[in-house]
Amino acid sequence: MESIGVLMMCPMNSYLEQELDKRFKLFRYWNIPQTQQFLKENSNSIRAVVGNSMAGADAQLIESLPKLEIVSSFSVGLDKIDLNKCKEKGIRVTNTPDVLTEDVADLAIGLMLAVLRRLCECDRYVRKGLWKTGDFKLTTKFTGKSVGIIGLGRIGTAIAKRAEAFDCPISYYSRSEKADTNYKYYPSVIDLASNCQILVVACSLTPETRHIINREVIDALGPKGVLINIGRGPHVDEAELVSALVEGRLGGAGLDVFENEPEAPEELFGLDNVVLLPHVGSGTIETRTAMADLVLGNLEAHFLNKPLLTPVV
Amino acid sequence: MENKGVLMTCPMSSYLEEQLQKRFRLLKLWDSQMKADFLKQNSHLISAVVGNTVLGADSELIDSLPNLEIVSSYSVGLDKIDLVKCKERGIRVTNTPDVLTDDVADLAIGLALATLRKISVADGFLRNGLWKNSDFGLTTKFSGKSVGIIGLGRIGSAIAKRAKAFGCPIGYHSRSRKPNANYKYYSSVIDLAANCQILVVACALTDETRHIVNREVIDALGPKGILINIGRGPHVDEPELVSALVEGRLGGAGLDVYENEPEIPEKLFQLQNVVLLSHVGSDTVETCKAMADLVLANLEAHFLGKPLLTPVV
Repeated sequence: MESIGVLMMCPMNSYLEQELDKRFKLFRYWNIPQTQQFLKENSNSIRAVVGNSMAGADAQLIESLPKLEIVSSFSVGLDKIDLNKCKEKGIRVTNTPDVLTEDVADLAIGLMLAVLRRLCECDRYVRKGLWKTGDFKLTTKFTGKSVGIIGLGRIGTAIAKRAEAFDCPISYYSRSEKADTNYKYYPSVIDLASNCQILVVACSLTPETRHIINREVIDALGPKGVLINIGRGPHVDEAELVSALVEGRLGGAGLDVFENEPEAPEELFGLDNVVLLPHVGSGTIETRTAMADLVLGNLEAHFLNKPLLTPVV
Repeated sequence: MENKGVLMTCPMSSYLEEQLQKRFRLLKLWDSQMKADFLKQNSHLISAVVGNTVLGADSELIDSLPNLEIVSSYSVGLDKIDLVKCKERGIRVTNTPDVLTDDVADLAIGLALATLRKISVADGFLRNGLWKNSDFGLTTKFSGKSVGIIGLGRIGSAIAKRAKAFGCPIGYHSRSRKPNANYKYYSSVIDLAANCQILVVACALTDETRHIVNREVIDALGPKGILINIGRGPHVDEPELVSALVEGRLGGAGLDVYENEPEIPEKLFQLQNVVLLSHVGSDTVETCKAMADLVLANLEAHFLGKPLLTPVV
């Protein structure tokens, strides 16, 4: 397969890059000075695109690659790929589900504990030598707090399973009630937010779920509520979130994703009731290797005419 | 009961202090400039001591209080109370078990997640504006890692229950095998450390468990292993722990307790593979209130001649 052209959109994992380079004819999009010129010269040799949650395959890119057969995304979310365009043109699309579920669910619980128990703030307090001057303040208990989950898919379910071990009553919102769970269903996000203390965004990003966390939802969650976002930045109306946190209308937040990554609102940097992470939901050595192997496995299956491992389109 | 003299050893909870003031004749040990004189003048008035993990009732204090009937500790651990002396003199002792179990177990899981996923380091990375220029490195997965617990009492069992929900295989060490636990038992701490990736100290501090985590145990845990201590500082040989961390012979540590609190070895302050908290295991608003209520209820039961709620001696 060494003659097959694969276009990688941005640096995402050095192991994946190395393996793609070994097995295919790899083009690194981020190293190309003149993309127009490059596409003119090489578009006929590129049969696969490898993207992620930062850079995928939009309509313009897809149009410029006439020989494109497959987009293999190093992510579970596909919001940076024009799926309709792919369907129209018969381009296959794969993602990396399941292998990152545990890491993202772990991080959601880690964010809940870090926000309620002020783990980062306390660690800073200790390292600054402040313990000698007095005890750290009291924090908030996690066990038993009600957890509301938006989106009870693979990741949402894994979060629910973990939170249950902390005796947290679980409720959820999704487009329709799930037949096979005992968790309480709310057909409205606002009702879910008013009936839980910790609200977690775990759905995929679609036009319907964009800004699913708006001012009304934030106000329903209230000054003792905590928002956890391990989904995508645009799920949350970020300006509203920032003003609610700054004004004390929301109790706290644990955020792994932001609307304009890698930018995060600087108004949050001075707040102690937030934990801010640089989109590391699946960022463990174990999981990134498994994700890379899945991207490679899908590409090889496609070019050997075998069934794709994790097809979406 | 307003005429009963209750001696509080140090500030521990403003709610408890307020309630003691309301219900008893409260004497504050830290209020008096001349402790010895103060005690001499008031010793006959004092029928109860309320202490904690910082200051309890040592043999000297007990000897100086001829009318002492009960020591009600605002803690689960009783290592600052001379239990033998209390038994000799027929002084009752109570602690606050159960009510803090959830908080301490939550913190153990929070420390494991924060250490492996570098939550506090990543939060600092983002707040310092570094995300714009570079990616945060990869971290280590928590789900599925084997967890070894020293001491499968109330707190150890609560940690095991939580870790199981993350798919972690559980092993434990205790003086004897627990017949009703399905977890793998190790009669030796070194064997437990050699067979787990995350070692958690959750036993009581006694002469036998002092320095139960020594150089051999640390080396058995090894450069990929993580130590979590939510027990007591003296459970760990601290200079050995520090040198293992500095030399890279241990993978990381999440510590809530230290040998000479509130002093912490400053060599740890520079390390990114440790999370350092200030003995906040049970320091939530909810749990502190429950602990205070239990201290009060034990005192009232004693003075009313009713059975104690949580007697130890």
